[in-house]
Amino acid sequence: MTVIEFLAAGGAENLWSARTQMALSLGWHIVFACFGIAFPAIVVFTEWLGHRRGDAVLTGLAHTWAKAMGVLFAAGAVSGTLLSFEMGILWPGLMDRFGEVFGFPFVLEGFAFFVEAIFVGVYLFGWDRLSPRAHMLSALPMVGAGIAGAFFVVSANAWMNNPTGFRLDARGEVVDARPWAAMFGPSTWPQFTHMWLAAFMVTGFLVASVYAVGMLRGRRDGHHRAGLLIPLTVAAIATPVQIGVGDWIANTVADNQPAKLAAMEGQYETTAGAGLSIGGIYQDNKLRYALEIPYGLSLLIHHDPDGVVPGLEEVPADERPPVNVVHLAYNVMVAIGLALLALAAWFGLVWWRRRRLPRTAWFLRAAAVAGVAAVVAMEAGWITTEVGRQPWIVHGLMRTEDAVSPAAGLSWGLVAVIAVYTVLTVFTVVVLRGLARGRDTLAPQEQEAAR
Amino acid sequence: MTLAEAVLGAAFTGLVAYALFGGADFGGGVWDLLAGGTERGRRTRERVERSIGPVWEANHVWLIFVLVVLWTGFSGVFAAAVTTLYLPLTLAAFGIIARGAAFAYRKSVDTLGMRRFFGAAFAVSSLLTPFFFGAVVGGVAAGRVPPGIAAGNVIGSWVNPTSFLGGTLAVLVCAYLAAVFLCGDARRDGEDDLAEVFRRRALVTAVVTGAVGLAGIAVLRTDAPLLFDGLTGRGLPVVALSVVAGLTALWLLMTRRYIAARLASALAVTAILVGWPVSQYPYLLPPARTVDEAAAGRPTLLALLIALCAGAAILVPALVYLYVLFQRTPSERQEGGHPPG
Ligand code: HDD
Ligand code: HEM
Ligand code: HEM
Repeated sequence: MTVIEFLAAGGAENLWSARTQMALSLGWHIVFACFGIAFPAIVVFTEWLGHRRGDAVLTGLAHTWAKAMGVLFAAGAVSGTLLSFEMGILWPGLMDRFGEVFGFPFVLEGFAFFVEAIFVGVYLFGWDRLSPRAHMLSALPMVGAGIAGAFFVVSANAWMNNPTGFRLDARGEVVDARPWAAMFGPSTWPQFTHMWLAAFMVTGFLVASVYAVGMLRGRRDGHHRAGLLIPLTVAAIATPVQIGVGDWIANTVADNQPAKLAAMEGQYETTAGAGLSIGGIYQDNKLRYALEIPYGLSLLIHHDPDGVVPGLEEVPADERPPVNVVHLAYNVMVAIGLALLALAAWFGLVWWRRRRLPRTAWFLRAAAVAGVAAVVAMEAGWITTEVGRQPWIVHGLMRTEDAVSPAAGLSWGLVAVIAVYTVLTVFTVVVLRGLARGRDTLAPQEQEAAR
Repeated sequence: MTLAEAVLGAAFTGLVAYALFGGADFGGGVWDLLAGGTERGRRTRERVERSIGPVWEANHVWLIFVLVVLWTGFSGVFAAAVTTLYLPLTLAAFGIIARGAAFAYRKSVDTLGMRRFFGAAFAVSSLLTPFFFGAVVGGVAAGRVPPGIAAGNVIGSWVNPTSFLGGTLAVLVCAYLAAVFLCGDARRDGEDDLAEVFRRRALVTAVVTGAVGLAGIAVLRTDAPLLFDGLTGRGLPVVALSVVAGLTALWLLMTRRYIAARLASALAVTAILVGWPVSQYPYLLPPARTVDEAAAGRPTLLALLIALCAGAAILVPALVYLYVLFQRTPSERQEGGHPPG
């Protein structure tokens, strides 16, 4: 098929491009969403600390971060808008059949975004209009809304993994939808908690990495030290908890989506006392070249070395997810999670003993890459979740290929999204770098002098 | 009123709010576009930026609100409409991306070239986005969206006279609203000469909008007879109300009563929007799907209604707070560039 034919095609040919488009736009949005969830809390904490200690460095830091928050929030809002369109444009079959069941959390999420957008306006533009106390208070609704928004949207995703809260009649049509119940399926709490912590890790490590780079370049003033310390502390606290939650979420997957778990582990045969496989390539129903930790998987899932872990052989061949992607993504997430744990432990120990940062430049180098690593871990986690759910868009009930729009020319959307997001990414990076260099760009409220 | 109508009514209220508030923000971008060269347009641009800076993100969420209520409460119709109309919707979404990003980013760059580039992206997308939304409304109202996923013509549903009319009117209305809102803002901040400029612009746009609206009647008559019958039949009182409110707004503008002019203008725009559902009632997708046929099951609608009421209780005070805060002149301004405290 030529490129032109591909782009003009309708019907089932749309599946690949629609999935890629969805993955791209979600993968982009989620990075900024993390800042929407975690950054307000970090910024207002810094502002509060600055006021309490009368420390102008901290207040200044909060001020710089608030400017970045304005940029990041705008990027999150516009990319989220595209997503709202795409849910319908790309997956009308999903919305048509199940919209009344799982659309509801998105409505609640809408209110959360409203509150967040209102108070972002108040917080950013209110520096000179509000007393410091009122100003800091105005950040609290933003913090709460970020949490609520994440909960609602993740519960929609958790529903796709473990649909509950409705019945199907003989023809397979939804009857008796109970949207409240649908929000609280078995995956909701583990997924939300895991995502919420991931947001703090991503935001914390990324912000810290900016200042670690600055310090490596020799800028070791108080501004840089505080800019490294505060977000790094937040992330370092979140990391060990996140690993624990990772165990919880893996168990939830094992209980509800055995095919996904088997794909994560690259395991074909149902095995008692299954080993934990790291790396390797899955070919002809076998994982080759993998490192195996005996009994590891059974221990992790059942906390019992002889526990039985079902393999891919249990599900029909056309209901198995693509194993290599899922296995690799899962390994990447876990590996990065453990590496970040090591970094957090190093930092924590030295701080506990000596009340200072580790002195070696290797620490700063590690902190400098930790930000990107956390983002990769999070993206890998989502790939595990979403690709591991294939071929279902709603686990066990609706196949992705039955949900995709048959509209002609849909693939152009992918081309356009790639183009638009490339440009957007470049400019976002340029603008944020400008802010990070601390060249004194003007705060949102200072438009007077802004030109 | 049935439960379904109540939920749809809430979504429609969101749409009106988006048209009024979000619309004015887009209109601000249109005036930015028409403001002239860097030096000549500087004050207009600053005025626009000051007025919409703190509020545009909140105003934008009305759109999300409309989308999510529709997709939960009227999933089938939502799926039908967005798949048939996916081209203008995707383009509108890109417009929103360009506008929002450019607006937020241009404050944080310091070279003139970059500023100009972001400014241009902001302004042009402010023009295109309302056009595409207007075209979408035109497509639905003219009955060009059949029920069924991607069942309509993906081009003809929005490239047609009614959609074109809808798009043009949307741009004009946005520009008009922005001019009226900016008159008041400019006067409040002591920029009386700018207020005069916006007043003149508001008057001119009002006349143009009226003329296009009248000419549009002829278009609708041949291109969308059902809508035409509705607007000239059952919808006539609201259309008349819109005309009266519009004329009142003109008179208030002439006599420089800007706050009252805002209200009258908002009423005129609301009335003309209300004309649309009134004239196609009881259809959601004319002439095939009525509101009740399209609605989700009772528990979902009920949950929606409860959530909408609870949400409104949080939202309305917060929005009022936002608008009041930024309609006040700040008591003291900080020196530029220094962190507060
Ligand atoms: C900084 C990010 C980060 C880190 C360090 C980890 N994860 Fe994770 N993981 C995510 C970020 C993430 C996520 C936010 O991307 C996902 C996608 C969906 C979700 O709810 O969380 C996820 C999903 C996800 C899933 C799939 C859930 C599903 O399909 O429902 C499992 C089984 C794990 N994680 C397990 C782990 C384990 C055992 C980790 C320990 C090392 C771990 N994660 C570290
Ligand atoms: C509430 C949140 C989310 C919802 C409702 C959601 C929904 C969807 C839908 C409808 C699809 C297309 C159908 C499918 O391929 O199964 C999809 C695919 C995908 N999404 Fe998500 N998603 C969410 C979060 C995310 C995030 C944050 C990422 C980040 C990377 C992500 C990554 C992907 C990927 C990689 C695919 C493609 C799967 C494939 O093609 O095999 N998702 N998601
Ligand atoms: C299909 C899935 C998704 C859709 C349709 C969606 C939609 C949106 C929309 C419309 C906005 C903009 C709100 C505004 O205008 O202020 C937004 C922002 C946001 N989204 Fe998403 N989103 C999705 C996935 C996610 C996921 C997986 C998360 C995180 C767990 C998330 C968290 C957030 C947060 C915290 C914000 C507000 C902060 C910001 O704008 O940066 N979203 N989203």
